[in-house]
Amino acid sequence: MTDWLNALVQGILLGGLYALFAAGLSLIFGVMRLVNLAHGDLIVLAAFAILFLAAKLGLDPFVAVLVALPILFVTGLALQYVLLNRTLGRDLLPPLLVTFGLSIIIQNGLLEIFSADSQRLRSGAIETASFALGGGVAVGVIPVLTLLSAVAAIVFLNLIFYHTPLGRAFRATSDDLEAAQLMGIDVSRIFAMAMGLAFVVIAIAALYLGLRANFDPSIGPARLLYAFEAVIIGGLGSFWGTLAGGIVLGLAQTIGAQFDPEWQILSGHLAFLVVLVLRPRGLFPRVLD
Amino acid sequence: MDDGAVQPAHSFRIETAGRASRGAWAAAALGILLTLVLLPAFAGRNIIQDLIFLFYMLALAQCWNLLAGYAGLISVGQQTFVGFGGYLLFALSLLGGINPMLAIPIAGLISAIFALPTALVVFRLRGAYFAIGTWVMAEVYRLVFAQFKSLGGGTGTSLSPSVTSAMPGIEWVRTLLDVRTPVARDIISYWVALALMVGTLVFVYLVLRSRRGLALGAIRDHEAAAAGLGVDIYRTKLAVYIATAAVTGMVGALIYLQKARISPDAAFSVLDWTAYVIFIVVIGGIGTMEGPVIGAVIFYLMQRYLADFGAWYLILLGVLGIQIMLFAPRGLWGFIAERYDLTVLPTRRLLIVTPKNRNQSKK
Repeated sequence: MTDWLNALVQGILLGGLYALFAAGLSLIFGVMRLVNLAHGDLIVLAAFAILFLAAKLGLDPFVAVLVALPILFVTGLALQYVLLNRTLGRDLLPPLLVTFGLSIIIQNGLLEIFSADSQRLRSGAIETASFALGGGVAVGVIPVLTLLSAVAAIVFLNLIFYHTPLGRAFRATSDDLEAAQLMGIDVSRIFAMAMGLAFVVIAIAALYLGLRANFDPSIGPARLLYAFEAVIIGGLGSFWGTLAGGIVLGLAQTIGAQFDPEWQILSGHLAFLVVLVLRPRGLFPRVLD
Repeated sequence: MDDGAVQPAHSFRIETAGRASRGAWAAAALGILLTLVLLPAFAGRNIIQDLIFLFYMLALAQCWNLLAGYAGLISVGQQTFVGFGGYLLFALSLLGGINPMLAIPIAGLISAIFALPTALVVFRLRGAYFAIGTWVMAEVYRLVFAQFKSLGGGTGTSLSPSVTSAMPGIEWVRTLLDVRTPVARDIISYWVALALMVGTLVFVYLVLRSRRGLALGAIRDHEAAAAGLGVDIYRTKLAVYIATAAVTGMVGALIYLQKARISPDAAFSVLDWTAYVIFIVVIGGIGTMEGPVIGAVIFYLMQRYLADFGAWYLILLGVLGIQIMLFAPRGLWGFIAERYDLTVLPTRRLLIVTPKNRNQSKK
C-alpha cells in the first residue's frame, strides 16, 4: 500500500518536471504555431550551459542558472530572428525540418564538446535531502522544488499572457496573425520575444533535469516526446492544462514502473495514446487547432 | 448568330508526358536496369554491399517522399516500420522457421496490417503534431520489442548462419559466378534490394500517374481546395500511409536480413531510418520522383567519404539540410527541373490547348 501511495506522490512530483519541459513547447506553439522538434535538445543544451558556467565560475547550479538565464534569453531571441522566423508560413515542412536539423546539430555539437559521458549538476546536500510526509512516504527536496517551480513558471506565464501588453500581442498574433499585423504588431519581434521567454522556461527545466538525474547529449529527443505528450494530454492552449498533462504523464510512468521498472517509459506513452484515442483534444482543451 | 460564343473556341487535352521523348528515357532506364542486374558478375563485394545500402535508402526515401511530399503526412516515425519489418523477419525465420526470402513479403503484409490501427491513432493528430505522434509510435514499438525475450530483449539477437544460408539461389550463384557462400548471399540480397527499389519506383510512379495520384497532387498543393473538389482526404492519406508501411516493412526486413543482427535501438533508430531519409528527400527535391534518386546518390557519396568524421559529419548534414530548406526548398532537382524544364518521370499533368479555328477566334 505504501509503495502505491509513494508511486502516486512521486508521479505527481515527476509531473512537475514534465510540465516544465512542456511549458516552453506549449508557449511557442500557442504564439506562433511552431512545433519545435529541437525542444528537448535545447533543454539538454541549457543543462550543459548551466554545467559549464557552474564549473567555470565555481557557482552552485542554482546561482549558475541565474547567469545562464540572460544568455539563454538572448540566444532564444537570436535563434528566432536569424533562423526560425524565416521558416514560418503556410507550409508546415520548413519549420519542422529546420528544427529537426537543429536537433541533430545540437546533439552532435554537444557530443563533440562534452563527449558522450553522463553529467550531473551538483548542488551539495540539497540533492539528497528529503522529508517524511508520514505514512511511510518521503519526498525529496529537489522534486518538490521542481513541482513548485513548474507552478511558479505557469503562474508567471499566465501573468505575462493575460496582464501585460506583450501578452496581449502574444494572444493577438496567436488568434489572427494578419489582423495582428494590421494593428501594427511587429510579428517577428513578438515571435522572438516568445522564443526568448521559452528559453527562460527551458533554462529552469534544464536546472531540474540536471539536478534530478544524469544527462548526456543523446537524451534530448526523449524529453521532447515527454513535453509533447504532456501538452497533448493537457489540451492545447492552456498552461494549467499542460501542468495537468505533465502530472498525468508522470503518474502513468511511476505507476507503470510499480508493476515492472522496464515499463516506466512505455506506460507513459500508452497513457498518451489512450488519451489521444478517447479525448483527442486533450483533457482541458482551450483553443481550436 | 455567333458560333464562337456557343461552341468552345479551343479543344483541350491532358498529357502526362514531359518534354523529353519518352522512348529515349525508357531505353536508358532499361539499359541501366540491365547493367545493375548483371553487375554482380563484374563488380567486387564492396560495391555490391554499397549498392544494397543505396537501393534500400532510395526505396525508403521514395516512400517518405510519397508520404510527406504528396500526402502531406510529415512522419518522423518511419523507423517504426523499418524496425517492425526487421523484427518480423527475425521472428518468422528464427522462431517460425520460414525461409527468409518468403519472410520479406510476409513482413510487408503484416506491417500493412499493423499500420491500420497505428494510423487510426496518429491520424488524430494534425500537421506538425502528427510528426511527433509518429515518433512516439516508433518509441512504443521499440519498447514493446525490447520486451520480447525470445528475440533478445533490449540487447537484440543475431540470425544463425543456417537461416541466412537458407536463401534460395545461393548454390546457383556460387557455382555460376564461382564465389564463396557469403559473397553469394550478398549477391542474392543485392538482387532483392534492386527488385525492391525498382518495385518501389514503379509503384510510386504508377500511383502518381493514376487518379489517386492526381488526388495526392491536389492534396500536396492545397488540402482544403482538394477537399472542396471532392477528394476524400482521409481515405487517400490512409491508403498512402498503409501502402508505404508495407514497402517500408519489406525494406526493413531486407535490411536486417543483410545485417543479420538486430537490436531495438538500431532497428527503431530515428537517425538511421528517418533523419537520413528526410535529408535525402530534401536535398534532392521533395514532391518529385527524381529528387530522392539524386538525393540518395549524394547521400551515399557523403556517407562513404565523410562518415568517418562522426559527429562533424552529422552536423554538416544538419546544416546542409537547413540551408536547402531555407534557400532552395525544392531541392537540387527542383532547381534543375526549373532551369531546363526537364522531367524524367513525368507525373505532372499538362493542359494542352489548341485553337479549333484560327479565323473564328480572331474575330
